[in-house]
Amino acid sequence: MLQIKNLHASVNGKEILKGVNLTVNKGEVHAIMGPNGSGKSTLASVITGNPAFEITKGEILFEGKSINDLAPEERAAEGIFLSFQYPIEIPGVSMVNFMRASINDLRKSRGEEPISASEFLKLMRKKKELIEMDSQLTNRSVNEGFSGGEKKKNEIFQMAMLDPKLAILDETDSGLDIDAIRVVANGVNKLKTPDNASILITHYQRLLDYIIPDFVHVLSDGKIVKTGDKELALELEEKGYDWLKG
Amino acid sequence: MTNISNTAPLKEQSIATDVNGAKVTEQDYIELYEQNYELIKKNSAKALNLIREKGFENFKEFGFPTPKLESYKYTDIREPLKVDYGLNFKRLNFPINTSEVFKCDVPGVSTHLYFVVNDTLLAADNKRNKPLPEGVIITSLSEASEKHPELVEKYIGKLSENQKDEMVYFNHAFAQDGFFIYVPKNVQIDGPIQIINVLRADVDFMLNSHNLVIIEEGAKAQVLVCDHTRDDVRFFSNRVTEVFVKENATYEHYKMENVSTKTTDVTSLLIDQEQNSNVLGNLLTLHNGITRNNVEIDLDGENCETYLCGIVLSDQNQATDNHTSIIHNQPNSHSTALFKYILDEESKGGFTGRLYVAKDAQKSLAYQTNKNILMKRTAKMRTKPQLEIYADDVKCSHGATIGQLDENALFYLRQRGISEKEAKTLLMYAFAADVLEHINISALKDRMKILIEKRLRGELTRHEGCMLC
Ligand SMILES: Nc1ncnc2c1ncn2[C@@H]1O[C@H](COP(=O)(O)OP(=O)(O)OP(=O)(O)O)[C@@H](O)[C@H]1O
Ligand SMILES: [Mg+2]
Repeated sequence: MLQIKNLHASVNGKEILKGVNLTVNKGEVHAIMGPNGSGKSTLASVITGNPAFEITKGEILFEGKSINDLAPEERAAEGIFLSFQYPIEIPGVSMVNFMRASINDLRKSRGEEPISASEFLKLMRKKKELIEMDSQLTNRSVNEGFSGGEKKKNEIFQMAMLDPKLAILDETDSGLDIDAIRVVANGVNKLKTPDNASILITHYQRLLDYIIPDFVHVLSDGKIVKTGDKELALELEEKGYDWLKG
Repeated sequence: MTNISNTAPLKEQSIATDVNGAKVTEQDYIELYEQNYELIKKNSAKALNLIREKGFENFKEFGFPTPKLESYKYTDIREPLKVDYGLNFKRLNFPINTSEVFKCDVPGVSTHLYFVVNDTLLAADNKRNKPLPEGVIITSLSEASEKHPELVEKYIGKLSENQKDEMVYFNHAFAQDGFFIYVPKNVQIDGPIQIINVLRADVDFMLNSHNLVIIEEGAKAQVLVCDHTRDDVRFFSNRVTEVFVKENATYEHYKMENVSTKTTDVTSLLIDQEQNSNVLGNLLTLHNGITRNNVEIDLDGENCETYLCGIVLSDQNQATDNHTSIIHNQPNSHSTALFKYILDEESKGGFTGRLYVAKDAQKSLAYQTNKNILMKRTAKMRTKPQLEIYADDVKCSHGATIGQLDENALFYLRQRGISEKEAKTLLMYAFAADVLEHINISALKDRMKILIEKRLRGELTRHEGCMLC
């Protein structure tokens, strides 16, 4: 599904990713761990086409096709979703308008008709229930005044609404209370099918108790320095990252 | 020099002067005035003749404003003032088919609808309009001068004569009519009074008008003024509106401008508030040429509430200057000014937020915000707070920002599959949204939301502009 080959990327002229290789197949769950500032969020930004970052070398293939030159919305239309580490507050744009615009533009890119009002409301209700999101939140402006945890839940809600092929969850577990982690993890698990895949960026082994990864990678200084299975996460929890450096 | 309709119909005369092509100067207007003084007076609301000569003397002394003046720093109307306009001193009627504008009507916005063609208020359509409460007067200033001279003379010029403003002087010299609104004590008008200003002429045309609004003690009115142009000629419109809001009264003034890029609009909105009164001013500039809104609100009583806000959406070479003054003369009043601009292409914006708090106006609260988004580097915004605070126990704040759309928000929306264009529209709309919240006429608010969205998408046509009306 996703193939990243020797990816180098920089921001403001500073090289952050220094040759990342990663392959994610349908049905797989990958976890990416690694020290602060090692480039995890940068990787997520580059995969999703954030214009602030520049690919200087290498290639990203999605379903066999290079997406290096696609706009963020085109990548979204291909089925790539990012749950942001820091979701953006957008005062004045209501959650409802946001989600409707999103679904309709995604549909348009697939040559489908806009969603009907009743179908849309039904979908909203169903997905809110799935992730046990407070119904009031969707009546507000996007993330405005949401608590840290509410923002993270809102990301998963959007993921549920948009049903992506590849979901990248950037520290979605940070800032969530224990119950919320369970709820979010349940949501992710319920959305899992043999045809989609996810990349979980996390600092905590705990999330991986709920969502069992097929692979665990360690990103350090812009490169993947180790790959293992879920046992690696336990090992990291115990030993930290120092033993992998240098 | 441009001529006037003192003999032949305007059209023929102006074609002749167009050939001549000379640039018009202040001296030409001085001569024009002197030659036509009797004609101007004869065809004018009587009350306006009371302030005419002084206005003319001031105009002779001060001339037209230039950006060299501090108060006109952001308004450059030198070029449009040189145009050879026709002026209709004889007040010939201009034919207009109001049903043409009517067909665009949105039911529910206007319960009391009036048309003003240039400076002439047309008779109301009483079949369509809801009856006004007893004692309410809505008529032309000339008729009001005849029928209620004591009322009109008591108020006319009381605010505008204090203005040290070249365009107000000029207006006083040349204005012949306007509308008059009177709401008696404790009468609350249900639904907005909508005034549709239609600029209508077959030749380049200049218009000066003077309006008077009196809201008596405890009364309430909402006035929605929509500016439109009907013809593809150059217009220069110079309007003065004086509003007196008495004790405990409530007044809302909405100005919705959707005029051609060939229009220069100078509007002076002067409001006086007595104690416990409440005023909302909302200036919505959707499409224009050059606009200068000069708003002054005097808080002459305690416990006044004032909310003055506005939106400017512009592109091409459009230029808009909101020059605002809020003057706290008495204690315990609360004022807010909030202006937002979205400037694209080569357009220009100017904002001046003057705030004056007199020595005795203790416990005043005054907030001022001006936020601006430049969509392109070629667009320009200039903004200036001007605080003069002489009282010590007050809370005042001001802030101005000029920036671009938030890149992070843009990426967030696009990551969800929303196209770049749509994402920008959503963000611009969101930026303007809080000003729209200060529209207390729900049909107008809904209509404005649609119009603004269309404007942001570049889909607003002239025809649609009048759909509001
Ligand atoms: N816009 C930017 N301008 C300059 N430097 C940046 C920018 N974005 C990221 N960086 C730098 O790139 C490096 C990698 O940042 P990134 O956010 O990818 O780290 P991370 O692995 O996600 O860290 P964390 O675990 O703290 O979330 C950091 O040194 C960061 O300061
Ligand atoms: Mg990060």
